[in-house]
Amino acid sequence: MIRYILRRLIAMPFLVLGIVTLAFLLTSVTKGDPLTAIVSDRQMNNPEVVAAAKARWGLDRSLPERYAIYVGNLVQGDMGTSFITRRPVAQDVMFRLPATMELVTAAMIVGATIGISLGVLAAYFRNTVIDHTARLFALFGSSIPVFWLGLALLYVFSVQWGVLPGPGRLDARATPPTTITGFMTIDTLLAGDIRLFLDAVWHLILPAFVLGWAVAGTISRLVRANMLEILSRDFILTARAKGAGEFRVVIRHALRNTLVPTLTVIGYSFAYLLTGAVLTETIFSWPGMGSYAVEAARGLDFPAIIGVTIVGGIIFLVVNLLTDIAYVIANPRVRLG
Amino acid sequence: MNAHPPLFEVRDLRVAFGRNGTFAEAVRGISLHVDHGEVLGIVGESGSGKSVGMLAALGLQPEGARVSGSVRFKGRELVGLPRRDLRELRGSRIAMIFQDPLSSLNPVMTIGAQISEAVHLHNPDLSRRAVIDRARDLLALVAIPQPDRRLHQYPHEFSGGMRQRVMIAMAVANDPDLLIADEPTTALDVTVQAQIMDVLADLQARLKLGLVLITHDLGVLAGHADRVAVVYAGEVVEQAGVDDLFARPGHPYTRGLIASIPDMTAQKDRLFSIEGTPPALGRLPAGCAFNPRCVNAQEICRHQAPPTLRRGDHSAACHFAFAGTESAA
Ligand SMILES: Nc1ncnc2c1ncn2[C@@H]1O[C@H](COP(=O)(O)OP(=O)(O)O)[C@@H](O)[C@H]1O
Ligand code: SF4
Ligand SMILES: [Mg+2]
Repeated sequence: MIRYILRRLIAMPFLVLGIVTLAFLLTSVTKGDPLTAIVSDRQMNNPEVVAAAKARWGLDRSLPERYAIYVGNLVQGDMGTSFITRRPVAQDVMFRLPATMELVTAAMIVGATIGISLGVLAAYFRNTVIDHTARLFALFGSSIPVFWLGLALLYVFSVQWGVLPGPGRLDARATPPTTITGFMTIDTLLAGDIRLFLDAVWHLILPAFVLGWAVAGTISRLVRANMLEILSRDFILTARAKGAGEFRVVIRHALRNTLVPTLTVIGYSFAYLLTGAVLTETIFSWPGMGSYAVEAARGLDFPAIIGVTIVGGIIFLVVNLLTDIAYVIANPRVRLG
Repeated sequence: MNAHPPLFEVRDLRVAFGRNGTFAEAVRGISLHVDHGEVLGIVGESGSGKSVGMLAALGLQPEGARVSGSVRFKGRELVGLPRRDLRELRGSRIAMIFQDPLSSLNPVMTIGAQISEAVHLHNPDLSRRAVIDRARDLLALVAIPQPDRRLHQYPHEFSGGMRQRVMIAMAVANDPDLLIADEPTTALDVTVQAQIMDVLADLQARLKLGLVLITHDLGVLAGHADRVAVVYAGEVVEQAGVDDLFARPGHPYTRGLIASIPDMTAQKDRLFSIEGTPPALGRLPAGCAFNPRCVNAQEICRHQAPPTLRRGDHSAACHFAFAGTESAA
């Protein structure tokens, strides 16, 4: 098992280089001219300004040259400077990454909790009203587009009923805590401010639910199918013959046996959550990587686009690696075989 | 009758499965009993309702099955007993082991965890330490070498015979009064079948278990059962002490089963087997259920179900049961 993890770790740098190359090439084949992002329309006709801008941003060099310089800088942690914010991309990304991770983690918790619960209930009460309701709920989650759901829920819960807060990570009037981890829920706790913590959680609920519902659908369908299969196995009968109660039979014996595929689907749904975060962050004015990526794309901010792509890709790789390791740990046959 | 009720007494047990609006009985009125420390063999071809019947007796019938009749354990009625009362009995007073020990063990729990669970469920106040000690003792009881190491292993690290020993250990974890063993050796290698039967027989004698030994092989019962109930198409067609049954089988089906026991000594070049197959669920022939396959069938067998004839403790459901012996007497 150690050797397996080592092998995967050794492969990581090569995969990352692949992502970097791909991100770089993709931006170089796009039609948009990054100069429009740097130079104002009025000055576009001024050759001197254009030439100076090109030299300043390295756009006068050939693609292989730019690539070599970029990779050279990247290994030193330099992702270039954003055309728009004029700050180092690495700094921008580091500032926005925690917000996205907090949202995605919360969505994952919401999605996994709802998904597993619904899947278990639907399987145990198969072909009853409970089953049909759970399946309908799951179907909605995976078929309603995130932006539509986000806007609808925001309208109903925040605007109409006022039971949940509007966009943002905190009440607009509140003073944010000192940034330590960048996770608002953690930083408010570290600051010892329970009211602020609750406010942060309060603001997290709606976007996390919007983003999590879709994966809840996928997870519940998988859990239901696996639970149905496991509940028909002989060892379930053994557990009942031992005198185990239904709760123990379902959770300890059946659900425990669906852990491996469930973990896998949760891990792989991370990619979906990352892409879904782009829309969710835009709707909920969430200052994360997603909204950063949208701004960067809109402004043809190439360094920012490449930076976001690379960081997103690395997160994706790491989560997949963790998923695979969890798979090995949770599965005694693989672990020992 | 007896002043003491029998340990386990089943009366007119019926189990029906629903299919397109109607119900078909897989178990059609089984009656039998087991006394303290007694071994009752239940024999019959595959599909005759042995498993479904015994599971239903413990309230473990498949979902959607309809159960009626009476099942008494130490005089207490189990049919219709609240689930939590049944749970208290299962695994403590009444234990059960199954045919396939691999699929009957939870693949993601260690052997130790599974045996400990059996102990813990009925001794919630026992310390963790004591529960694990008990699990280790149980492995030693069924002669599994190196129990300490084995406790931490998973079912797939055990051989078939060792797994069935684990199932037995788990079943006797709480010193039950009754053990129902459903074809405990059928899924095993022939070479280990005898060993597992020895383990069971040894524990049965030592713990004074009432044992219901289900099998489709009458030969297994010759050395191990006190009494035998022969089941055909969901009914008990013959019941007798084991020696009596082998010496004077009253039912043609029993005679067929005896004839099909593989004989190691005789020079038979072909194994006898009863012709035909048991009726499918819900497709019973009129009259005696066995008549299409019976070598003795007469006209009456085709339209009139046979009564259960008795001679002492020996009973058989055939129009002509004991006919030969009676005329000889
Ligand atoms: N879940 C079920 N649904 C419908 N019929 C079943 C079910 N389980 C068993 N049966 C039927 O009950 C009959 C008896 O099966 P079983 O008790 O397993 O036989 P045995 O153990 O004697 O081999 C069979 O005809 C089988 O088809
Ligand atoms: S009643 Fe008739 S058919 Fe049935 S077992 Fe006896 S002889 Fe055979
Ligand atoms: Mg069976």
